[in-house]
Amino acid sequence: MLRIADLRVRFATRNGPVDAVRGIDLSLGNGETLGIVGESGSGKSVTAFSILRILDQGGEIVSGAVRYGGMDLRQASERDLNDIRGREISMIFQNPRAALNPIRKVGHQIEDVLRQHAQATRQDARAKAIAALEEVQIKDAAARYHAYPFELSGGMCQRIVIALALACRPRLLIADEPTTSLDVTTQKTVMDLIRTLARDRKMGVILITHDLGLAGQYCDRLVVMKDGQIVESGTPADLSRAPTHPYTRRLVAATPHPGKKLHQLVVDGTPAPIPARGEVLLSVRDVTKTYAGKSGPVDALRGVSFDLPQGGCLGLVGESGSGKSTVSSIIARLQDASGGDVLFQGQSLCDVPASRFSRDPRRPLIQMVFQDATDSLNPRQTASQAIAEPLRRLGGLRAGARRDRVHELAEQVGLPANLLTRLPHQLSGGQKARVGIARALAVSPRLLILDEPTAALDVSIQALVLNLLADLRHRLDLTYLFVSHDLSVVQMLCDTVAVMRRGQIVEFGATEQVLNTPADSYTRQLLDAVPQPIV
Amino acid sequence: MRARLVGARLLQAIPVVIGVVVITFVLTRALPGDPAVYFAGDAADEASIQQVREQLGLDAPLPQQFIRYVGDLLRGDWGNSLSTGQPVLSDLARRLPASLELTLIALLLSCAIAIPLGVMAATRPGSWRDHLCRVLVTAGVSLPTFFTGILLIYVFYYLLDIAPSPLGRLDFLYIEPAPVTGFYLIDSALAGDWDTFGGAARQLVLPAITMAIFTLAPIARMTRAAMLQALSSDFIRTARAAGLPRGRIVYGYALRNALLPVVTTLGMVFSFALGANVLVEKVFAWPGIGSYAVDALVASDYAAVQGFVLAMALLFVTLNLIIDLLYAVIDPRIGFDAT
Amino acid sequence: MTGTTQSHGFASHVGHVMRQNPVTMIAFGMLGLLVFCAVFGPALVPHDPLASGARILQPPSGEHWFGTDHLGRDVFSRVIVATRLDMVISVGAVALSFVAGAILGCAAGYWGGWPDAVISRGLDMIMAFPLFVLAMGIVAALGNTVENVIYATAVINTPFYARVVRAEVNIRREAGFVQAARLAGNSDLRIVALHIFPNALPPMMVQVSLNMGWAVLNAAGLSFIGLGVRPPTPEWGIMVAEGANYIISGEWWLAVFPGLWLMFAVFTFNLLGDGLRDIVDPRQRR
Repeated sequence: MLRIADLRVRFATRNGPVDAVRGIDLSLGNGETLGIVGESGSGKSVTAFSILRILDQGGEIVSGAVRYGGMDLRQASERDLNDIRGREISMIFQNPRAALNPIRKVGHQIEDVLRQHAQATRQDARAKAIAALEEVQIKDAAARYHAYPFELSGGMCQRIVIALALACRPRLLIADEPTTSLDVTTQKTVMDLIRTLARDRKMGVILITHDLGLAGQYCDRLVVMKDGQIVESGTPADLSRAPTHPYTRRLVAATPHPGKKLHQLVVDGTPAPIPARGEVLLSVRDVTKTYAGKSGPVDALRGVSFDLPQGGCLGLVGESGSGKSTVSSIIARLQDASGGDVLFQGQSLCDVPASRFSRDPRRPLIQMVFQDATDSLNPRQTASQAIAEPLRRLGGLRAGARRDRVHELAEQVGLPANLLTRLPHQLSGGQKARVGIARALAVSPRLLILDEPTAALDVSIQALVLNLLADLRHRLDLTYLFVSHDLSVVQMLCDTVAVMRRGQIVEFGATEQVLNTPADSYTRQLLDAVPQPIV
Repeated sequence: MRARLVGARLLQAIPVVIGVVVITFVLTRALPGDPAVYFAGDAADEASIQQVREQLGLDAPLPQQFIRYVGDLLRGDWGNSLSTGQPVLSDLARRLPASLELTLIALLLSCAIAIPLGVMAATRPGSWRDHLCRVLVTAGVSLPTFFTGILLIYVFYYLLDIAPSPLGRLDFLYIEPAPVTGFYLIDSALAGDWDTFGGAARQLVLPAITMAIFTLAPIARMTRAAMLQALSSDFIRTARAAGLPRGRIVYGYALRNALLPVVTTLGMVFSFALGANVLVEKVFAWPGIGSYAVDALVASDYAAVQGFVLAMALLFVTLNLIIDLLYAVIDPRIGFDAT
Repeated sequence: MTGTTQSHGFASHVGHVMRQNPVTMIAFGMLGLLVFCAVFGPALVPHDPLASGARILQPPSGEHWFGTDHLGRDVFSRVIVATRLDMVISVGAVALSFVAGAILGCAAGYWGGWPDAVISRGLDMIMAFPLFVLAMGIVAALGNTVENVIYATAVINTPFYARVVRAEVNIRREAGFVQAARLAGNSDLRIVALHIFPNALPPMMVQVSLNMGWAVLNAAGLSFIGLGVRPPTPEWGIMVAEGANYIISGEWWLAVFPGLWLMFAVFTFNLLGDGLRDIVDPRQRR
């Protein structure tokens, strides 16, 4: 149905031309679901955009052919291509809310497409748009027709984008990271919907994703891309059982799934020893938090309690809005609780308000690693300045000693010393994450709060960072509070898991027990949503 | 929801209006020269000056003077102009349409040029057209209005002799149209007097161009920036992938989104234009409130200056209110996630 | 991304920005010319800008490049000498409003709540006036001096800085690097001053360049209507105003040369914006 031959795409950038796609060959049969898997910068999205020739400014297809039916899309006129787009080949995107026109009713946006492709007339456009909404299992479609995107949830927006893409019954759907910005449970329902629709309509699907597990579960065939080239292709089973290319091997290893051990994420990894557990270091007692919302107070936390022993590692799991980040920032003394108490080494932390905690002698003992490494580094500070910042304020070291300590920390986290003079935008994602960890370790904390430290990283980098964290925990005898939305990551690093939902802990227990015999229905739902390993 | 939003926005304007009145009051009290000396006349002695001062209430403490001042304002007593001898409020009311007609025509002209320019620049960023656009509008905003006006007069009136003499709204050959709105273009059109209409339009051309050149830059820049942002949004990619034609994407999807910030900018541009108005009216001897204020300043006519500043501020507050409400009408998101 | 590091230093970064954008290079060249005129102009001009002569209303010639005015003064000398005064006014006004706007904006953006409400409403009140009109009022009220022109211009420009800073500070108030700075033991004041505010500099620089232009236009406009600088001091606005009387009798050079030089100065400032922004933006470093 679709055949791509020797496709090359080049982008003109400020630093000269960059080859994003360097000669790839692909084909897709009728009704087949093909997964293109790769990490950021692999050229997988650029490949998808090239098919419909909707590359961003500066991008150019240098050579190759994209054959659809009997037609070369690369040579087709813009007018012919516009007839193909949306009617024969459709596309859905990563961030569904942004993918819809913010000031146009969603129903009208679907009508625009229907009428453009002469699938509807002025009279029946509305009925057909509502029918399209119903097909993606939107309840009360007639009412949703009048909604604006900002009034809908992310999952609902993605359904609308799918309805829009499929309104003209295309024969091929290209899905570019369709579930990346969604919660895990929503992710599953959206993927199931795409699979059902594809089967019912005998529609071909190209699924572009960074998540090997997800691709393996939903695709008939996979290709793995790296640096603009295809390094390997095959069925999911083949790829996971006997990956031939070293990169595929690394990728397969680095993809987490329940039951996998941390050291298995990296090829030839060895397990780090687990530190001995001691007395209770941190005790959270019935903490509540209420915000003043627009329509009355909002209860972000409704009484959260748990203990964390010295040397332990607790995983705090929940979806967005569950309150897990609020808990971590209260413990880190970045904000005050509305009620309850937090004890650290047996003494209350809440005695000192968050605004004055920066001068508290316990400030160095509780440190944090942040979710988004880019956002958490001051764009004006070099790596060494960032790492030295806590030393400057809390460490009381002279300039020379401070420099030595920065180098020592850089070595501990595996950051090459020659990168220390770089500004954040000159570092890669993994390097920035290491700077963030080094900074948190600078003043020798006892408790380290890890707020989704790997959420923004590629899986192969995530594997390295997680192993680094496990290693540091053992070497420096640290206690971790690991906040994450991803159960399959948490289960590898943590010995205890707390599942949060709507400001409460719904399940608490040893990792093995929570994973194998979950007591709460929500925990089971979360577990179900994790893509299963390909066997 | 919407009604509450409108109410809230109206309430927000109240402290601003109060602030405006306070600032005007403070400014006028600080104006140099003692009004009592002025009103008492040249031949007055110390005692009669004191008497006038008491009559005017200038010996009372400031807060009391302020209350009295506000009371007078509310009653419509904005004082009498020294130079014209008329009540300031009626002077302003008579001259305001002249200023508004000029400013609005200039802004319309400016938008009609700047928005297409901005769109063109944004659809071809980095091209020579984009750079040319930028240089042109920057040159426009760098031209002082009083200088542009003089230059245009020199070229079109003195050298080419195709523009009418730059003296006011209407050449003496024509008869003023019967005042309905005070806008000569509208009034003459209503009266069916197309001769006068043409005459008024001819007088308007040069001052309107002068002001339009000055206000091109902010509108064009904002349009370009907003268009660039809109065009790089994800929803544009969705529209492209759905096969919508380019015209519909640029004008139907991107421009409609980009116009929202442009409308906001218009408020600031209007402030620009009202300020520039003072200078343009002076150059073209335009009988609006700007030239009125300049004459009053030169004559230290303080009631007139204060009336002018206050009128300008109130006009501007009203206009911003209208813009905000307009914004709420065209942007469905306002009222739900209002910031 | 190349292997170069920040150690290249500031000077080479400025050089890099210049090479990236030819417009910036031209703008900085023009600025250099203006600064040269402001510093050395009064010492170098061929004629005394205040000396009247018998040869009145002479068109441009080898002796008087820009001609002479109605009192026989050399227009070229007056135009060049006026550079210093107009530059002092604009730099002074922009510096004042930069500092005031930065402080107000930081306070409003970081602490929010009632400081924000008070400051924002106060700025709204200033912005509620057409700005040139407010400047007219202030100069009329405080008196006709150069300093008062500077103060008036500073007052009307302050809200722009304050708003930019407020917005930039506000979006970074809860940013990860700010939280990290808190964990590193920084007090609120240090966080605002050393971590958040410097990140607001790039957009502020664009504002600086626009405002320098406005400040010049403002000062010239005020003197055009007889406020602020008084004749016979050479000043562009006054010269255009005086020249306006002669333009309809054909003596164009009286108004046109000062007007063009004024435009040149404003144009220079307006073009500087992008370059200044790129210089203070660390993300432009390679």
